[in-house]
Amino acid sequence: MQYSDTQIKELELKAKQIRRLIVQMLAKAGSGHPGGSLSATDLLTALYFAVLRHNPKDPNWPERDRFHLSKGHCCPLWYAVLAERGYFPKDELWTLRQLGSILQGHPDRRTPGVDVASGSLGQGLSVGLGMSLAAKIDKKDYRVYCLLGDGEIQEGNIWEAAMACSHFKCDNLCAILDYNGFQIDGKVCDIMELEPLVAKWQSFGWHVVEINGHDTKQILAAYDEAKTTKGKPTIIIAHTIKGKGVSFMENICDFHGRAPTKEEAEKALKELE
Amino acid sequence: MEQLYQRDIYGQTLIELGKQNKHIVVLDADLSSSTRTSLFAREFPDRFFNFGVAEQNMMATAAGLASCGKIVFVSTFAMFATGRAWDQVRNTICYNNFDIKIVASHAGITVGPDGSSHQALEDVSLMRVIPNMNIIVPCDGPQSRDAIIAAANTKGPFYIRLGRPKVSTIENKGEFKFGKAQVISEGKDVTIVACGIMVNEALVAAKNLLAKGISARLINLHTIRPLDKDTLLEAAKETAGIVVCEEHTIVGGLASSIDEVIAENHPTKVVRVGIKNRFGQSGESVELLKEYNLTSQDIEKAVLSIIHQENRLRR
Repeated sequence: MQYSDTQIKELELKAKQIRRLIVQMLAKAGSGHPGGSLSATDLLTALYFAVLRHNPKDPNWPERDRFHLSKGHCCPLWYAVLAERGYFPKDELWTLRQLGSILQGHPDRRTPGVDVASGSLGQGLSVGLGMSLAAKIDKKDYRVYCLLGDGEIQEGNIWEAAMACSHFKCDNLCAILDYNGFQIDGKVCDIMELEPLVAKWQSFGWHVVEINGHDTKQILAAYDEAKTTKGKPTIIIAHTIKGKGVSFMENICDFHGRAPTKEEAEKALKELE
Repeated sequence: MEQLYQRDIYGQTLIELGKQNKHIVVLDADLSSSTRTSLFAREFPDRFFNFGVAEQNMMATAAGLASCGKIVFVSTFAMFATGRAWDQVRNTICYNNFDIKIVASHAGITVGPDGSSHQALEDVSLMRVIPNMNIIVPCDGPQSRDAIIAAANTKGPFYIRLGRPKVSTIENKGEFKFGKAQVISEGKDVTIVACGIMVNEALVAAKNLLAKGISARLINLHTIRPLDKDTLLEAAKETAGIVVCEEHTIVGGLASSIDEVIAENHPTKVVRVGIKNRFGQSGESVELLKEYNLTSQDIEKAVLSIIHQENRLRR
C-alpha cells in the first residue's frame, strides 16, 4: 500500500501529540514508564492510525484486528493512543494509576480496547499466538499484532512462543520488537546480550524485517511486508531510542521507570511543540 | 467394584463436549496420550494444539484463545500445570477471569514409580490462593465427567485434579452439584471429609468404624472452591470433630480450607490425614499410600483420636 507524504506527515504530527500526552499523564501520575513508551510511539501510532482494522465505537467487534501489548509497563503509550482514537474520553488519561481508574499501572481489561491484561513480562507473544490460532479455527481474516520489549525477550516463555508461532505457521501474526537497547538495570548488551537477534528469529522460523523504528515510512512498509508474507510469522525488529523526542530522556536509563517531575514535564512539552 | 481411569473419562467427555460446542478447544504439552486429550485430538484435529514441552507458553496461549471466545481445556501433569506455569495461570488466566479449564492428571503421591519430581502434592494449595479460580477434585470416574461438564458450563477459570491410577467408583453418592458437598453417609459421632481417591479410603474407614459402634458422617467435598460452608458448619455443630483426608499436603489444600471456615465460625477439633511436610518418592501407589499414612486405617485412627478426646472431656 502506498502512503502519501501528507499521510506520513499527519502520522508524525499525531505521534508528537501522543508523546505530549505520555509526558503529561506520567507527570500527573507521578510514577510510570516514560522511556519505553516514547521509544515505541511511532510504531504504535502508525499501527492504530493507518494499519489496524478496528472500530473504537465497538471495541469488541469480532472482526477487529487484535493488538496486545506484551511489554505492559509501556501502557501510557497505549492509553494515549486509545484515547486519541476515541476508545474513551481523553479526560480519563489524567486518572492514570489512581485508585478506581480504568487506567491501571499495567494493562487491564477494564480499559476499552484492552483484550488481555499484561504486565508480567514474557507472556504476550503467547497471547498473540492464541488470538492467531482462534482466527485460524474460525477461518477469520483478522490479523494479530504484538509489541515486545527488548529486555522482555530475555524471558524463556518468549522463545517457547517464538517456536510455536512458526510451528503453527501463524502468518496472521506480526510481532514488533521495540529494540531501544536499555532495560531497568542498564544497557541490554551489558545485562544479557540478545545478539545476533536477526539470526535468532530467523533460526526460529520467522520472517524478519529490520527498520528504523522512528521512520514512519519504514514502519508502514514493514507492516505491509508482514501482511503479504505467507506461511510464517513476521517480526519487525525496530531500532529505536529510549525516551525518543525528549532530549534529556533519550538513552537515559533512569527514565525507564521514573516519571518526569513537573519542571521536567514542562521542559519536555516545549521540546514537543 | 467398578474401577476406572479418571483420564479415560476426561478424554471421552471432551469428545462429547466437542461435538456439542464448536468453541471447545483443547491444548496439551506433549502428554496427550497420558492425559487422554489425544482422544479429542483424533476427533477434532483442527481444535487441538500440542505445544511440546512448554507449559508456560501453553497457558498464556490459552488466554489468547479465550479472549477470542473459546472455551479452552488445558492439560498436562498437575506438577507442571500448577508449578511451572503458575505466573501464567495467575496473571494471564485468572486475572482476566477467562474461560480456561485446567484439567491436570497425575496429581498426588499415587503417580507412583516416577517419584517426587512428578508427584504434585501442593497443586491445590497453589491454585487455591488465586482469586477467581474454581477447584474440583472428583472422587472417581463418573464424577470426573460431572466435573468436566460443570466446568464447561460455568464461566471462569477451573482447576480439575485427576490421578494416574484407576479409582474405585463410589456408589450411591447422589447427584453431583458444583459447589455442593455430597453427604455420602449420615453419622452423628464424627465427620470425615475427603476428596479425590481418599473418598474411597474414607468409605472403608467409615464401614469399619460402624462395626465398632462409631457412626461417622462421610462427606465428599469435591468442590474446594467455592467451598460449601453450610454443610461443613452443620457437621462441626452436630458431630464431635472433623477428620480431613486428602492425597495432598496438609498445608493450603482441603484441610486448610476447612480449618479456615471452622476456626472462624464454629471452632471444633480437626485432624488432618494428608502429607505432612515431605516430598514424595518412588514406589507403587499402594505402598506409597501406606508410607505416607493415607490409608483407611490412618483415617480410623484419626477418628478414634477424636472420640477418645471427647470421652476424656466428658469424664
